[in-house]
Amino acid sequence: MPSLKDIKKRISSVKNTQQITKAMKMVAAAKLRRAQDAAVQARPYAEKLSSVLGNLASREGTEGHDLLVQREKRRALLIVLTADRGLCGGFNANVSKGAERFVRENPEGFSDIDLMIVGRKGNDYLKRREGLSIAKVYENITGSINYSTASLLGQEVVDLYNEEKYDGVFVIYNAFQSAMTQIVTTEQILPIKPSIPTEESAGDAKIDYIYEPSRGGVLELILPKFIEVQIFSSLLESVASEHGARMSAMDSASRNAKDMIGKLTLQYNRARQAAITKELMEIISGSESIK
Amino acid sequence: MADKLILELVTPYKMVLSDTVDEVIAPGVIGELGILPGHTPLLTTLNVGELTYKKGTEIFHVAVNWGYLEVEENKVSVLVETAEPADDIDLNRAEAALGRAEQALKTLSSEQKDFTIMKAALDRALVRIQVAQKKAVK
Repeated sequence: MPSLKDIKKRISSVKNTQQITKAMKMVAAAKLRRAQDAAVQARPYAEKLSSVLGNLASREGTEGHDLLVQREKRRALLIVLTADRGLCGGFNANVSKGAERFVRENPEGFSDIDLMIVGRKGNDYLKRREGLSIAKVYENITGSINYSTASLLGQEVVDLYNEEKYDGVFVIYNAFQSAMTQIVTTEQILPIKPSIPTEESAGDAKIDYIYEPSRGGVLELILPKFIEVQIFSSLLESVASEHGARMSAMDSASRNAKDMIGKLTLQYNRARQAAITKELMEIISGSESIK
Repeated sequence: MADKLILELVTPYKMVLSDTVDEVIAPGVIGELGILPGHTPLLTTLNVGELTYKKGTEIFHVAVNWGYLEVEENKVSVLVETAEPADDIDLNRAEAALGRAEQALKTLSSEQKDFTIMKAALDRALVRIQVAQKKAVK
């Protein structure tokens, strides 16, 4: 049976932890709101670009553009988006495990898959696993996402692809569903699969465009941009998911702490009562023996 | 035929503008182009430059950093990396950026990789100053 003092100490330490988790939850909630706004505001651009590309590709056909054509499947690159910090529930573990599974199961049938990892936590996990080849690691870039970060990543990926180092590029990240749920999603970003508009919606838009400088020229420029935008939006989603995951993890941690404090307080009161009863018994039996 | 254009100006960060306007003048890659209602469908890339649009008698200027412009049935969608309306531009900052870019360009030769980057920075700063000054005149 722990002494009264021990229990008291326990209670105060749990209280301290609870304060920390509460504060972290609040911070995560504030950051989540900001990240969510950013993700929502970035959406029109991505949608526009995707529809422009779809229109263009449906007229142009996919031939002749390296970024649109599937080469022989030799090496692939998988970009894994994780967080730099922990304490966010299953966020990092889920996406890291998803990446590992992707490499082991290899659903696309590449002969080799390299990893490019964004975020310290993903690297911590994946570097200890056997049989994975990590090509590159980026840390501390998810703190403040801006478009230039994504555009640098995008350019690097496009360069690697053009050099034929890789014949396919995928990205795996936590797609933001709500603050509570994140879904690990794998997307192919290279070669680009444009969303060709359906016959119905394209019906009245079939008028031929004027292209400046030229059709091919426009497509040439728009394709790398499209990659950048895709990476940008998955980064934003990943960051929003991270804060969401941290918020719910910290929320349940605070709740657990509250339960624990309740239990400990009960235990403390019982122990105190037992001590009082014991003392009373002693006094009574003492006075009894004097009689 | 509708006699207005719907102009949408979008950057990766947000939708900057969505408005009904009378005329759009954009910095196309092979020269400035003006778009009036009833324009043929068009898709073009844009340079770093100044995008102007007219709404009634008012004229607005926006500094844009290259992207795309699509015209489709009186709807003009502009996708650019950055877009700064004249009112938002800090003239002092733009001038400082111009000075920095000029300094850097002096030390670089045109073969170096940084040269193109700094050249782009120079262009951006110039456009920004140009746009900001127009606001002052207005």
